[in-house]
Amino acid sequence: MKSSRALAAICTVLLVPVLGSCSVIGEGDDSPATTAAGKIKDVVLVTHDSFFLPKKVVKDFEAQTGYHLVVKASGDGGTLTNKLVLTKDDPTGDVAFGVDNTFASRALDEGVFAPYSFDAPAGVSAYDLPGDDDHALTPVDNGNVCVNVDDTWFKAHDLAEPRTLDDLTDPAYQDLFVLPGAATSSTGMAFLLATVSAYGDAWPDYWKKLMDNGARVTAGWSDAYEVDFTQGGGKGDRPIVLSYDSSPAFTVPKGATASTTHALLDTCFRQVEYAGVLDGAANVPGAEAFVRFLTSSEVQEALPESMYVFPVVDGTSLPADWASYAMQPDQPYSVDPADVAAHRDEWLREWSDVTSQ
Amino acid sequence: MRRALTLAALALLPVAVLGVFFVLPVSGMLARGFWPDGSFDPGGVISVLGRPRVHRVLWFTVWSASVATVVSVLLGLPAAHALHRREFPGRRVLRAALLVPFVLPTVVVGVAFRELLGESGPLGFLGLDGTPVAIVAGLVFFNVAVVIRAVGASWESLDQRPADAAAALGASPAQVFRTVTLPALRPAIVSAASVVFLFCATAFGVVLTLGGLRYSSVETEIYLLTTNLLDLQGAAALSVLQLVAVVALLLVAGRLRAVPDPSVSRVLPRPRRLSRQDWPGAMATLLLVVLVALPIGTLVLGSLQVEGSGWGLGNYRALTTRGTHQALLVPVTDALVTSLRTAVDATWMSLSLGLLVAVVVTRRSRSRAERRVRATLDGFFMLPLGVSAVTLGFGFLITLDHPPLELRDSPLLVPIAQALVALPLVVRTIVPVLSGVDDRQRQAAASLGAGPLRAVLTVDLPVVWKPLLAASGFAFAASLGEFGATSFLARDEHPTVPVVIFRLIGHPGPMNYGMALAASVVLAATTAVVMLVVERLRVPSVGAF
Repeated sequence: MKSSRALAAICTVLLVPVLGSCSVIGEGDDSPATTAAGKIKDVVLVTHDSFFLPKKVVKDFEAQTGYHLVVKASGDGGTLTNKLVLTKDDPTGDVAFGVDNTFASRALDEGVFAPYSFDAPAGVSAYDLPGDDDHALTPVDNGNVCVNVDDTWFKAHDLAEPRTLDDLTDPAYQDLFVLPGAATSSTGMAFLLATVSAYGDAWPDYWKKLMDNGARVTAGWSDAYEVDFTQGGGKGDRPIVLSYDSSPAFTVPKGATASTTHALLDTCFRQVEYAGVLDGAANVPGAEAFVRFLTSSEVQEALPESMYVFPVVDGTSLPADWASYAMQPDQPYSVDPADVAAHRDEWLREWSDVTSQ
Repeated sequence: MRRALTLAALALLPVAVLGVFFVLPVSGMLARGFWPDGSFDPGGVISVLGRPRVHRVLWFTVWSASVATVVSVLLGLPAAHALHRREFPGRRVLRAALLVPFVLPTVVVGVAFRELLGESGPLGFLGLDGTPVAIVAGLVFFNVAVVIRAVGASWESLDQRPADAAAALGASPAQVFRTVTLPALRPAIVSAASVVFLFCATAFGVVLTLGGLRYSSVETEIYLLTTNLLDLQGAAALSVLQLVAVVALLLVAGRLRAVPDPSVSRVLPRPRRLSRQDWPGAMATLLLVVLVALPIGTLVLGSLQVEGSGWGLGNYRALTTRGTHQALLVPVTDALVTSLRTAVDATWMSLSLGLLVAVVVTRRSRSRAERRVRATLDGFFMLPLGVSAVTLGFGFLITLDHPPLELRDSPLLVPIAQALVALPLVVRTIVPVLSGVDDRQRQAAASLGAGPLRAVLTVDLPVVWKPLLAASGFAFAASLGEFGATSFLARDEHPTVPVVIFRLIGHPGPMNYGMALAASVVLAATTAVVMLVVERLRVPSVGAF
């Protein structure tokens, strides 16, 4: 009894200072606000939580411009957009990256971004947001949401792979398709828009057929890909999954020369991600410098490896395995952003009705 | 008059904290819904409540949370008894282990449950994937720890003698439990059940992942309306509905909790050995351990499978890296340090606030008005559990953005938000024990010449010491596992473990999935170790103060 008492006392005495030193208090703000000349040093970037650039690239930006980049990331593209809309009178940063063409109209309508155009490198303007006449948004990257298939599974089962959206409703592919839902995932939303683009007002009929054919709808991309897809981490039982055009580059076994999956290029919806200067930014020159930097060859070349997306600048070289495994569609589906803005709620409500019966 | 002033002084700090970090942000978001374009439009909000979908959502929330609460209590009570009243080898380890589910990130547990229950999983033949049963099982998995720890803390120091007397007079064990033990435990059980119900009713990830989008709760609906549709009117309507329901629940719980004479005789615990008549309880505990171990086992097995090279520790070794294709900004090991440091802050914050609140609400009231004030305060501190993390997160952004409350970018925001989540757990663990202390003991101490501080030390501290440790364990675990508010507020360079796990699981790449599982196992193990240390620290001599 006595020894345990002593032990307890020692533990208590030892623990208190230890606890004290491992608190986050006292960890001050490490951001020097201005330089001697009065120029604001920090550029605050508001972005989604997939944002990533190699440290070296960020360092180069800071060395070239003399600014210090502060990154504030949380939530997906939708949360980001709504965050920007809610704080438009008092923005939480200077520049935003990651608003995509399915959400951009909302941000533009609300006046989140201040117009800013510059001599962008060749190819960038091909991705401009339709209707963005004042040029508030600059395209930075693009990627496609495409149906992916497990080639090894189809070979083993001696079945021809599906190719088109229509094929997915073919009874031959019953109970083989898994996809994240449109209401809870931006990937799922992109696929809903692909079907809206392909079938027009008849899209709900397509979804009825899809669901009747045993499609499984999950909450998010990780759930569909990692649990249910046969090539995912959980080794599931469905060989057809909704993912990205870049996904096949991640399913190349060690030492192999071919990917075990490929994207169906006739089922794709193109997503373009934009950057823009926030209206009311404290550091407008810094924000503009960062937008320009995002279209520099340094960042464009880093995009595939760091964010799994394709560059928008003409002639940017791709990583070796991307050039051979990640194909991009020539004619992806698209929907006018203004249409998306006007009908998003209605489409989502109808989609929920069709898929939850 | 002096009593009223003391009450006000003690309550001042907790009320101020809750006012700034809860009432202000939430009312900011509600205001956006009620004043959509600057003009007051309550009609728009009320009309949302007429939508048939809202009725379905509401019914499902109440139904699933009620069932999950009942199951959690039924499974938690025998375990609380076995783990807190009986002595057997491995008791402490088991007690620490059963708190583990509480900190696991919901997204990972959701995935583990789906691997277990899915078409090709080991339990796939049950056909439970995507059913309400799976949702309820998930809710119980997360919340049964609350029942075990909160009720256990109260049960542990309960005087055994009245029960023994009843048994000696011929009462059967069931009769003893019903007539002696249960009434004494009622405040603790009702306290725990009300917290579990609130956690279940506001569960987000579990419903989303396990329900397969077919089932929507008020919480998931608020999330969808806010982040996907920016329908702030709808979100405001549902938030108000949620708040009203929570207040109603708290009123009911307050009634149920109240017993004619709350004072219970407390003794220093002397756990007995397991005896033959304990076997039904032991079996029930064993069943619970199996239920909890299944999904955790799935996680552990998954974490040991390295993509492309079979079994091994590769996923664990990778935790010092930034993942395949650099999915992370910082290695998981760095995130773990951040998590621990944040949890230390969240723990002391919630403990000191919780203790103040508990003292304020448990002191015997002299008048009806005073009692009412104390009861209102008691309920007020439970409210954070009844509000959606996304409402609170967006609320922070739009209300705490100008001086003197320019706190949007403060590094302390994360621990404060986590402390608010843990606060009700702390309060609900301490209050039943503290209110069981007979006020006459304090009066006796005072009349013998003890000052207020000494009276507290000799009368309150000996019985409150253990629940306090239980509560600190809770607060620590809650902070380690918190994701909703943290992901919204955490700064990029300093993410916590649940945040990096979420990131890993959402990024393609051969190792990232395995690393997410390994990181979850490390998070779980860390919690278990911290809990064991807390158990060890239970100073056995405190009665001799």
